[in-house]
Amino acid sequence: MMRARVAYAGAIHEATPAGETAAADDSVRLADGRVVAAADVVWLPPFNVGTVIALGLNYADHAKELAFNAQEEPLVFLKGPGSLLGHRGVTRRPAGVKFMHYECELAVIIGRPAKQVARDQALTHVAGYCIANDYAIRDYLENWYRPNLRVKNRDGGTVLGPWFVDAADVADPGNLALKTSVNGKLTQQGNTRDLIFDIPYLIEYLSSFMTLSPGDVILTGTPEGVVNVMPGDVVACEIDGLGRLVNTIAADAEFGR
Amino acid sequence: MLADAGCFSIAFDVPPYRLSGAVYGTLVNHRSALAALGDSVDQAPYNAPPKAPVLYIKPRNTLALPGSVVCIPHGTPELEVGACVGMVIGRTACKVSESQALDYVAGYLIVADVSVPHGVFHRPCIRFKARDGFCPMGPVVTARAAVANPDALTIRTYVDDVLVQTAATADLIRPAARLLTDVTEFMTLAPGDVLALGAAAPAPRVRSGQTSRIEIDGLGSLSNRFMEAVV
Repeated sequence: MMRARVAYAGAIHEATPAGETAAADDSVRLADGRVVAAADVVWLPPFNVGTVIALGLNYADHAKELAFNAQEEPLVFLKGPGSLLGHRGVTRRPAGVKFMHYECELAVIIGRPAKQVARDQALTHVAGYCIANDYAIRDYLENWYRPNLRVKNRDGGTVLGPWFVDAADVADPGNLALKTSVNGKLTQQGNTRDLIFDIPYLIEYLSSFMTLSPGDVILTGTPEGVVNVMPGDVVACEIDGLGRLVNTIAADAEFGR
Repeated sequence: MLADAGCFSIAFDVPPYRLSGAVYGTLVNHRSALAALGDSVDQAPYNAPPKAPVLYIKPRNTLALPGSVVCIPHGTPELEVGACVGMVIGRTACKVSESQALDYVAGYLIVADVSVPHGVFHRPCIRFKARDGFCPMGPVVTARAAVANPDALTIRTYVDDVLVQTAATADLIRPAARLLTDVTEFMTLAPGDVLALGAAAPAPRVRSGQTSRIEIDGLGSLSNRFMEAVV
């Protein structure tokens, strides 16, 4: 099942795809029966988001690299609730920066508490999946606690949605194609089978030192193919079976700066 | 969010100081912390001193009450206790000016930012700072009006009742208002978020069986015991 959280006509609703396919997603059905255009609702992150855990450098292009990197520890960083944004949202690009880029990622949402969970049990703690776009502005990268929050934890920098998809409906999260387009032009492609640290490993690793709770979400990293985006650009991240997450880049002026 | 943090809500769930569960720490914001790094700030892997505030997140699994027992991971001889003043945000703070920044603060509390000691701050593993129970806070949120000047507080840390560190918020590189201005330039803080001002160096260390106590003028005292994990 695919579920969204949307604001419409004075309330927040659970919504499901109204069309034949979620990919079309031009209208949604609210839990109360109303069918409304996707453009007429405000899309919120599709679940109650807890701790946001993100992976850096978690895709390898070649099996050889994969074998080498698998010996090391995952590069993990955390993101705060102020950075969250839903589908069809707007993310600000500050004037004067040289390199702001999207990162299309598979987001893994925890469904029941996970503490010292073994790899073979890890997926039983997953409630579902969604698409994440984990923005970065590389101009602000410094060498202190990389990647620092000014790069990664900006308002509108963690885009989640459009749908929360039940784990039962994702046959193999380790084999999902990802792609990103900017203004309709394909710029990024990958597949979760190329994750250096796969989902069961990440849950085993993280839960070895921190208890994961329902709503905590792991952004599993992005493949190659990130490009600079400018105000007005429409960035669409897609993952097999999870839908299409759209975001628009805006200039300072829209935010009164 | 706080329902998931269990009894944490009992101590703090009193408007207007209801905590959101989002806790941000600030690294190398005390002059002693920068000084402790010496010339290394200009060398690899840093190559330059920090420009923007160096922030990190203490996730909800780290949040703990006064009096809680902090678990020392097996095989780790000591933990560091970073004694900080935490600012509790009172209203949505986005791009606030330095002169008005403190108007956005509801109050202050003591934050014990516990870490596994790590000497290199380039790309540290979050397991050094994000372990369960690694962020005791409390004992209460003291209203902003009751704190005349957050930049004139003395922080005393005791281990087993022996004074091991005295630090002053007067020695912060970015004092409270300036830190809020620089942080909210790029990230909006919400009511109940906590922004810790940063600890002095070297941070006191504790071993299994010891108790830390942090006292800050007007904010009370925060005690926690440390015990090695049973494997």
